Parts: sequence; structure tokens; C-alpha cells
Amino acid sequence: MSRKVPEETYRKTFSYRFRQWLDGTKDPFLNQVEMKKQKPFAESEEARKRREQDSKALEAKVYDLEHNFEMRIFNRIYRVFCILFCIFLVVMLLAAVSDLPPFGHAENPANNEVAQRYIEKGLEETGAVNIVTGMILDYRAFDTLGESHVLFIATCTVLILLRRDGKKEQEEGQDNDRLYEPKNDVILQTVARVLVPPILLFGIYIILAGHLGPGGGFSGGAVIGAGLILYLNAFGFAKTERFFTAKTYRRMSFCALACYSIAKSYSFYTGANHIESVVPLGTPGAILSGGLILVLNICVGVVVAGTMYTFYVMFRKGGY
Amino acid sequence: MEFVQNFPFLSIILSLFAGPLCSVLNGKWARRVNTAVISIIGIMSTLVLGNVISAGRPYVYLMGHFPAPWGNEIRVGILEAFMACFFCVIMLLCMLGGIREREAQIEEGKQNLYYVMVNLLLCSLLALIYTNDLFTAYVFVEINTISACGLIMIRQTGRTFEAAARYMIMSLLGSGLLLLGICHLYAVTGHLLMSNIRQQVQLIAATGQYHISLMVALGLMSVGLAIKSALYPFHAWLPDAYGYSTLSSSAILSSLVSKGYIFLLIKIFYRVVGFEVVRESRVVNVLFVFGIAGMIMGSVSAIGEGNLRRMIAYSSVAQIGYIYMGLGLATEAGSIASLYHVLSHGATKSLLFVAAAGLADASGGSDRYGDITGAGFRNRLAGVAFTVGSLSMVGMPVFSGFISKLLFAQAAVGHTHKMLPTVIALAISTVLNAVYFMKTVIRIYTRKPMGLSGMGSGGAETGRVVSLSEQPAKSAALVCFILLNLILGLNSDPIVRLIQSGIEMFE
Repeated sequence: MSRKVPEETYRKTFSYRFRQWLDGTKDPFLNQVEMKKQKPFAESEEARKRREQDSKALEAKVYDLEHNFEMRIFNRIYRVFCILFCIFLVVMLLAAVSDLPPFGHAENPANNEVAQRYIEKGLEETGAVNIVTGMILDYRAFDTLGESHVLFIATCTVLILLRRDGKKEQEEGQDNDRLYEPKNDVILQTVARVLVPPILLFGIYIILAGHLGPGGGFSGGAVIGAGLILYLNAFGFAKTERFFTAKTYRRMSFCALACYSIAKSYSFYTGANHIESVVPLGTPGAILSGGLILVLNICVGVVVAGTMYTFYVMFRKGGY
Repeated sequence: MEFVQNFPFLSIILSLFAGPLCSVLNGKWARRVNTAVISIIGIMSTLVLGNVISAGRPYVYLMGHFPAPWGNEIRVGILEAFMACFFCVIMLLCMLGGIREREAQIEEGKQNLYYVMVNLLLCSLLALIYTNDLFTAYVFVEINTISACGLIMIRQTGRTFEAAARYMIMSLLGSGLLLLGICHLYAVTGHLLMSNIRQQVQLIAATGQYHISLMVALGLMSVGLAIKSALYPFHAWLPDAYGYSTLSSSAILSSLVSKGYIFLLIKIFYRVVGFEVVRESRVVNVLFVFGIAGMIMGSVSAIGEGNLRRMIAYSSVAQIGYIYMGLGLATEAGSIASLYHVLSHGATKSLLFVAAAGLADASGGSDRYGDITGAGFRNRLAGVAFTVGSLSMVGMPVFSGFISKLLFAQAAVGHTHKMLPTVIALAISTVLNAVYFMKTVIRIYTRKPMGLSGMGSGGAETGRVVSLSEQPAKSAALVCFILLNLILGLNSDPIVRLIQSGIEMFE
């Protein structure tokens, strides 16, 4: 039993649009996606010649190739030495590797009391079911403290290199941004709308469960950072800047790193002075267990997520 | 445990905390925080030094609740505390001397990032000094590398970008070799803690097992750290990095960053591998040869250089050569001489950089050779300071450079094979040093010919008189540097004794 619907109602139904799409009579991108076509790279013959000449002249001027005796000698023996040196390095390292204890052998020097205690007493002493997390955030927390600052300082150097402070430059960046990334892409937006919340939730789960199973701050933070980048790509800077700007990043990473430093200072101080720490280890397996590990994982996660997102934004636009 | 003994840990954490703190402050407050942090850490290190000297023995400090091979720990002896104290003094003076250049050359909004870099650099230097664990050392070597790179490129010109890229590549190569060496060492010993590795290495060396791996590990670590501290054939990154970055950066890089790596290498020799094993290996001979080559080639390059700051930078190559030559002697006297030269070069090179900037101020901001003629008359304090630094580098008595050359020569005397090369290299290098430093000193004290000054091409009268009170911070820094140099030169006995007892504590 089918009944005829008026043409206008039919045009609004899903099946009509689906049919249109199948027939190819309508381009879903048309009037929906904001994008500029990239211009193909075209260089006039004259400009190309000038560029090549310039680079040649520059090289000749910098190295003064005609009169530079040192450079001539250097160029001549450079390749020979390269090859000889590589051969030497390969032979040396192969010799060293063949001399090393066999991989995975029970008698190896690396299988000593250090690893034994991590495995046998790790759960009891750190309260973390995941031994690796217990090792990096409790036994050797000082190294990890340094490691999270490595991420922070790497972001700072990228900020130095790529951040644009001038208003005009930033607007330029905004314009250029549209050259390469189409805006308001329906497919991307729909997919992102579905995917971003689970990605962020999954990242949070990885961070929070770092002491209970595989995971932790570094991997969870990377997942959250990826989710943020996907969201940014789908919806553009205007949406993300409502909740995430450079100021937010700076404050967030400061809070996280300060929290890490202070929490760990407490445990270093009490440990070295042989004072009993008041942080309880809790029941292994519970979410609130493992002493400070949960807090530290959250701190590391925040820093890693912010770092990933900031790297992306800096390379794409140079400011946010 | 006395409260003073917490200070090394507190100073590391304090500088680590100050890094992110500076990123949320504005430039002015970041500078204040930075100055305060360096001063506080300097005072704390002095107190620690006093404590260790009176106790007469080193102590280890647990970083956490777990004892040594399981958790992290730091170790404090006389030499560690003294180095921390010295580094703080030099860093404070370098920062003081370069205020005006920083404000002129760094973008307004990025000023605070500079202090983030400096704080974390200080933190990594302290951690390199105090650490008792090879992997902790590696982690902080990473921080050191990245922050040094940031310090170079924060003055955003094409030259500094190129220099920073070059520095990054070379320095990461060095880090990679260091990490490879640590991995090899871990595979054959099963430990990362310095004292435990040492016990295992002694066992291995006695039985002769894993000999190749051990030597390769030692070689990789030495070469890695040599690249990072610009030993002669690996110095290609140095002249641009020191010559074009902003003043405090070049002073800090030349007098502290490379010295941190050298200190780590000395620590590896004494505390990780054991000096006996190092002496028997041939690695030290390689360092000795490269050191001597650096002493001579560095000076030769400096003579041919037309830019004042790049000349000083090339002179660093020569001075690093001295330090490695002392290590290459493989005697305790050689190591003492090297450590003394670390101090002497640290104090003198930063003095020269700050003084050169003062001379450039008086010559229209140019540090090209032709422009600084007569600058010593226009900026008297900088002229005097540059002369003091030059005399010290050449090795005149009264100044610190003389003592280190004396110590090197004394260490070489009686050495069967290496005495002659050392003494000859010292003599040649001294003459070469004298050639380029005295040439500069004579130039800055030569009045410009009157006839030429009026009709020069373009910049007719570039010079202007800089009074003492125009930049009080720089003047104060220069005076302090001169005093420091005189103290090191005139009062060397207690310092040498301090270094000696510090090295004995390494055992």
C-alpha cells in the first residue's frame, strides 16, 4: 500500500535526498563548506632563474669557493671520510652488540635484585596494580618529574619559534589557515560530533586507570590531545577558543606541574628525612589507591594533552 | 638529618617550580622571580658547602621512600656543592650583565619565556651536578639541551635560527650517543645507580668479560659529551651559537652549559666507570689528542676572525681543548687542573662576553673589528674588564688563567709519554692566545686617526662615550667578574685544595 505524497513534502524526506545523492545531481559540499581552492604552484621562468642564481651566488659568497682552499680540500675528502666513518661505526657497534649478554636470558646482569623487587614487592609498596606505573611514578618519580618538564620546555621553545604576537600577523594567520583546511566540512563535523566525546572520555579513563591497568598520564594525555585536535579540525578555531586559549594552556600546565612538584617534594622530603608519609596507599585495585600516583597521572595527562594541542596549533596558525 | 642537608633537593625543586611559574607571569615579574631564585639557590649552596666541609664526608639524599638501587637519589660532596655555588654566581652575573640587550633584542611578549628557559637550565645544571643516577642525568641533559636551544633562538634573526638548528642537531647527536652508551652499560651491569655500576664494572674489568661492550659504552659516552661541550672536531655549532645570540645567552652557554657536561663526564669517569678502568682504556688518549688539536686549531681560527664576539667564541674552543687535555692526562693532578680551568674559564669567558658587549655599546652597537678602534677610551670600565679577561686568558700571573696553565704544566711534568706534547701545546697555544687577545687590546686602546673619522664611508662617527652609571647593572657585573677573576688568581691554594678533597670524595 503506497500513497502518493505531494511533491513538496516528498522533497523534504530523507529518501529524496538520498536518491539525489545517489544520482549525483546534488553536491553536498556545495554552499556548505567554506574553502578556497589552492593555487597550483607556478613560478615564472624568470623568477626561477633568479632564485637559482641567487642561491648559487649566496653559496659562492658564503664559502668563497674560488679562493677557499680549505673548503676545496674538505669537499674532496668529505665523502671518503663519511663512508669510512660509517663502516667504522657499524663494525664497532656490531662488535659491541655481539658482545652484549643474549637478549632475554635469565642469567643476564639486568635480571638482578632491582627488577626482582619491582615485580615482587611493587604492588605492596606502591599500591599500584600496574607495576610500570608504580615504577615511573613512585620508585623513580624524580626522573618522571624531569620528563614532564621536558615536554613543557619543548612547548615553550615552540612558542618562542612560532608564536605570532602582532595583531596583523595573527589575522594573516587566520586567513592563511583557510587555504589549506576546508571549513565546516559536513562529513568531518558529523564524524567528529560522534567521535570526540568517546575519545575524550577514553583518554580520561586511560589517565584515571593508569595505576590499575595499562595506561597512564602520557598515553591518556596523548589521546585527549588527539581528540582536541580532531575537534579543532572539524569546528575551527572560533569554537575551540571559547574554552582553550594560550592563557588556559599556560595556567593549566603551570597548575599541573606545580601540583606535581609540590606533591613529589612532600614525598621526597618525608622519604629522605625518614618521616612516615600520611598519604594512604588504599586497597590495591580500587580507583582511589596507590597513594599519590593518581594525582600525578592526572598532572602528567594535563601537561601532555596541552602540549600536543599547542604543538598542532602553533604549527598551523602560530597563535590562539 | 640536619635541615641544611635538604637544600640540594630544595634548590633543584625550587628552580624546577620557577620555570612554569615564569610562564604565567609577565616579563618584569619573571625577571624578578628568576633573580630571586638564582640568589636563593646560591645562598643555599653556600650553606651546603659549609656543612659538607665541616662534616668532612659526602652524603646521599633519598628522592622518595625507597633506598638506592630501587629509587632515585642525589649525592652531595664538596665538589658538587662548590660547583653549584659557583654556577649560581656566574649565572646571576651573566643575567645582570645582559639586561639591556635582552630588553632590546627579545620581543615584548616573549620575555617571560626567556626566564622559563633560564630557570629550567639552572635546574638541569644542578641536577647534573648532584645526581647519583645515570638515567636521571640523561633526563636532565635533555632539559639542558632544549633550554639552551631556546636561549639561542629567542633573539629572532636568521643567524640565530641557523645557529639554533645546528646546535640542536649536533647536541641531539651527542645525547643519542650518551643514551646508547648508558644502554650498553646497563646491559652489562644491570644498574643505573652510579655506585652500583662502579662495583659491577670492577668485577667485569677483573674477569675480562664484556670487555668490548664496556669500552664501547665508555667511548660512546665520552664522545657524546664531548660533542655537547664542543671539543675540537665537533665545534662547528659553537661560533654562531655564541656569536649571535643575545648577550646573557652566549655568556651562560659558554661558561655554564658546556661546563655542566664536562662535570658530568668527570663524574662518569670517577664515579661510574672508575678512574683505573678509564686510565687503562685508550679513550683518554683520544680525548688528549683532540684536546691538543683543539687548543691550537681553536686559536688559529680565532686569529682569522673579524668579529669580536665570534673571536671570543673560537677562543672557547681552545679553552675546552685545555680541559680535555687535562682529563686526557689521566692523572689526578690533570683532573684537578681541568676542574680549576672549568672555574677559571667560566669566570673569564663570561667577563669577556659582557665586556665585548660594553665595547660594542661604545661603538654604535657593532662588534666588527674595524669599529671597535679606541672603544677602550669611550667605555673605560669595559676596556679595563676586557684587558683583564684577555690577560687572564693569555695566562698572566695575578689572574686566574695563569694558575690553570701552571696546574696543567705541573700535572704534565713526570708523565712518561704525554709530558712533551702537553708542554709544547701549552706554549704554542699561549703564544697564539696572546696574538689575538693582545691584538684586540691594542686596538681598543688605539685612538681613531682623526683624519679618517670625518670621511668614513657611511657611519662617519659611530662611537659615543658610555659612562659608568649609564648601565649600572652591567657595570656592577663587570666589577664583580673582575674581582672574581682576581680572587681565583690570587687565592688559588684553598680552591685547589677544595677541588682535591672533592675529587677524593668521589671515591
